Amino acid sequence: MDAIVTDRLTLSYGSVNALKEVTFAVHRGELYGIIGADGAGKTTLFRILATLVLPDSGQAWVDGYDVKAQYREIRRRIGYMPGRFSLYQDLSVKENLSFYASVFGTTIKENYELIAPIYSHLEPFARRKAGNLSGGMKQKLALCCALIHKPSVLFLDEPTTGVDPVSRQEFWDMLGDLRSRGITILVSTPYMDEANRCDRIALMREGEFMQVDTPQHIIASYRDELWAAESDNMFRLLGDIRHFEGVKRCYTFGVEHHFTADATVVERLRTYLAARGYKELTIRRVAATIEDCYMQLEDKYHG
Amino acid sequence: MDSVIKVEELTKRFGNFTAVDHISFSVQRGEIFGFLGANGAGKTTAMRMLCGLSRPTSGRGMVAGYDIETQYEDIKNNIGYMSQRFSLYEDLKVWENIRLFGGIYGVDEKEIKHRTDELLAELHFEKERNAYVKSLPLGWKQKLAFSVAIFHRPSIVFLDEPTGGVDPATRRQFWEMIYAAAEQGITIFVTTHYMDEAEYCNRVSIMVDGRIDALDTPRRLKSEFGATTMDEVFRALARHAGRKE
Repeated sequence: MDAIVTDRLTLSYGSVNALKEVTFAVHRGELYGIIGADGAGKTTLFRILATLVLPDSGQAWVDGYDVKAQYREIRRRIGYMPGRFSLYQDLSVKENLSFYASVFGTTIKENYELIAPIYSHLEPFARRKAGNLSGGMKQKLALCCALIHKPSVLFLDEPTTGVDPVSRQEFWDMLGDLRSRGITILVSTPYMDEANRCDRIALMREGEFMQVDTPQHIIASYRDELWAAESDNMFRLLGDIRHFEGVKRCYTFGVEHHFTADATVVERLRTYLAARGYKELTIRRVAATIEDCYMQLEDKYHG
Repeated sequence: MDSVIKVEELTKRFGNFTAVDHISFSVQRGEIFGFLGANGAGKTTAMRMLCGLSRPTSGRGMVAGYDIETQYEDIKNNIGYMSQRFSLYEDLKVWENIRLFGGIYGVDEKEIKHRTDELLAELHFEKERNAYVKSLPLGWKQKLAFSVAIFHRPSIVFLDEPTGGVDPATRRQFWEMIYAAAEQGITIFVTTHYMDEAEYCNRVSIMVDGRIDALDTPRRLKSEFGATTMDEVFRALARHAGRKE
């Protein structure tokens, strides 16, 4: 059996449908990413799989055990790093880790080998209170705490939100290392660039999985002709391209704007923009990224 | 062009730890200024001084025409502030949030009524006037939070990671609002960990170990560092950080 299996998981809070018949499976040893915004239902899904809430309907198994009937077995086998809180701010780095080890009936020493590559970053601050660590360090400590009992499945709910780009990269390097040790990892993130580091990803929105595949396949399935435009006045350019007949969508994309249109439309657009007096105007054909795929799905959603 | 922020040698020490180490820069009216740095580089400490919430150990600064050392109460009245973590009261209705923040910033009762109608019409939110904020989709909440932050017409608004944890579509809508506000002359001071957003700024500063190690337009920074993206510029600078936390 796969490490995580769900069958039509559904949960509502009052009139809000947090999760709508979500069915998916995560293979053993897979690094599986859930990509979606605040409110997409990611946390609800994690809470069900971590046996903290029961679904209204549907079933789920983690490491072969049923989340309803066999929750005690599951709790022994998983590591869970919730998005907001998982550390005791008034305990030191070392105390937090010892506490989590004792909860699971183990010691830091017993499983030190697994956390050593991560904990070595923290050891110089072992006596500092967790509350006085900054973003990147807190996340590393929380990861150590989630790993201290050698779980077979790891749930990480937005571990890198609010973390700077360099610390994010370090964190993902650590996940790659854990994956190579055979630990199954389910991780959620709003950062599209992190999607590329997963074996498979699910794009999630309003309680549903919109698309599931490898990042490469998702990118390959992008069908529109995608272009990038740049000029001296980017704000005005955004409106001009967006409202030009034949342009399907146009949005900011870092230093450029991305837009989709047929080649014939782009030729007319060039002439039009030249006449509007833009300086240093360039338009070039570009390959789609995961972020462009998300924007395309977003459009389909709105019709 | 006149400057809305001007600081010289601004420094903040906690005991023998120098969180902000002699930073000097200025921000022009109507500019979108990106304030970047790794976690722990000193951004939050610097921003708290600029917002009048803490006093510098040494150095000088003017924000919105007031001295950060002596006129910090005036600063608080003349700036806008929004963060991802806190911006609106979820258990209050849309109109109640607007009225509360308008009142806190000293906008008079009649003017609040008038501007509330105007704001709701602009956002196409007339139907949501009596809705609880917690019932709004995230994208709407953000638009409302930003509008509330500039409701008292400050000359500058501070945005502290306004888009953390937000999906790509909503982030873009938010940046279009920022652009529009800047076009109207409101100065934008923004922190972010998304490097594509750094590209949307007129100028960007990057803090490393309490100092500003780079400050220029994204285009010039990239050419200076021989990089194609701001992400590469950021990495090149942050790699040399001595301070881990």
